[in-house]
Amino acid sequence: MFIKIKNLTKKYNTHLAVNKINFEIEKNKTVGLLGPNGCGKTTTIGMILGLVTPTEGEIKIDNKSLNTYLRDEILKRFNFASPYVELPKKLTVKQNLEIYGRLYGVLDLDKRINEISNDLEIKNFFERKTGELSSGQKNRVSLAKSLINKPEILLLDEPTASLDPDIGDFIRSYIQDYKLKNKVTILLASHNMGEVERLCDTVIMMKKGKIVDAGTCNDLIEKHGRNNLEETFLKLARSKDEF
Amino acid sequence: MNFNKIFALGLRHLYLIKNSFPRVLDLIYWPTVQIFLWGFISKFFTLNSAYYNNTVGIILTAAILYDFLFRASISFNMMFLEEIWSRNFTNLFIAPIKISEIIAALTLTAILRTLIGLIPAVLIAIPLFGVSVIELGVPLIFLLIGLYLFGVTLGLFVTSGLLRYGPSFENIAWASLFFLAPLGCIYYPIEILPNFLQLVAKALPLVHIFEEMRNILMTETVNYFNIFKSIFISAIYFILGVIVFYISYFGAKKRGTLINMGE
Repeated sequence: MFIKIKNLTKKYNTHLAVNKINFEIEKNKTVGLLGPNGCGKTTTIGMILGLVTPTEGEIKIDNKSLNTYLRDEILKRFNFASPYVELPKKLTVKQNLEIYGRLYGVLDLDKRINEISNDLEIKNFFERKTGELSSGQKNRVSLAKSLINKPEILLLDEPTASLDPDIGDFIRSYIQDYKLKNKVTILLASHNMGEVERLCDTVIMMKKGKIVDAGTCNDLIEKHGRNNLEETFLKLARSKDEF
Repeated sequence: MNFNKIFALGLRHLYLIKNSFPRVLDLIYWPTVQIFLWGFISKFFTLNSAYYNNTVGIILTAAILYDFLFRASISFNMMFLEEIWSRNFTNLFIAPIKISEIIAALTLTAILRTLIGLIPAVLIAIPLFGVSVIELGVPLIFLLIGLYLFGVTLGLFVTSGLLRYGPSFENIAWASLFFLAPLGCIYYPIEILPNFLQLVAKALPLVHIFEEMRNILMTETVNYFNIFKSIFISAIYFILGVIVFYISYFGAKKRGTLINMGE
């Protein structure tokens, strides 16, 4: 298994944000992380990115504990995008991509920036300051930054949040297409069930820091006797029981 | 350490300055105002004080050196705060860059911001008040090294606080240097301080730097022992600052503050 999460726990003082979760992600698969606000998705992503120290448990990448990797050695294989994390607003799109390309040690950086900018259609506002862009433009730039190093592991936290349906669809289509052309393992946290059904091979449902169910979208829909993933999500989120 | 990554982080701050003319003006404005203010005070003291009457420019030179320390520290803090204000903190801390490289980048880039602000002010002081810090000669380089190292160290302590307590610690960033200024004996000799405060002051590099600056200007002799003592003390504080920064970083990871640090 490429990514293995074992008994992962995070406790902030008395609050148990993540409670002994276990899951595995196969190489080049996309896994959706679903759950209501405050269920521990972002904390889980934070622990995988090395931003949050787990209270207990272990994260293994390629059968090796995350703690045993050198910080820069492992992080160059990762990347992350979230609309809640921005790039320096006063820098132009091109300057931001250049800086992150350099930080990730990307070879032939000009070519890579050119390639990704064309793919994500951000060239026409390349020289504009990132802070002056619309939400849709910012999201595409953020996605470009997250793919600048062709990461093996991509963590996406609500990549289409607050986007209009057209741009949202553009981003989803792009990720779908990118997956086909590149070897990438994706962990996607999202509240958009259509997006999850479209992009994810399997889904992990979290609630109050615990994993309450996991499986393919179809399996979960069938298991809970619902018509779609949204209804399944609502059932799990509103239920007092664990599954 | 990877120089390319250090350069990349430095470049981020250079672009920030390059993209914003008001930012450049802001960097130059405050040191220049300081020079004007202390230039006139200095001129008044020179004409009316027995202590200063033969040593034109001691106060102004002290003001320039103190401003160098102040700018070095504030530059370090500002660059770190910029990451918080722009909500870029998470991106920075998930990039494959070592913590030591972040510290090195901030330390090296702070000197540029400091010099952008200070060089015009220093140049203005020459024709306007007839005072040039360059007259301190070669020892000036060592005095500046000591000041810079200590300025960056204060920056490290403040950024450690930002990591530990979040953006609410920002006010301390602005106030940090004023805590130590009275003990630095910038404009007056150490003997002015009460005995117990003299002991505290001697543990700081500032006293040795400013005492030596006065010694050079008043007696035209140089005591290199004092200068190197100040650099040595600054270096010890710098190492302590780096340790505190690492402790704060690991503390922030435990508390989970790195993932949602923002305005």
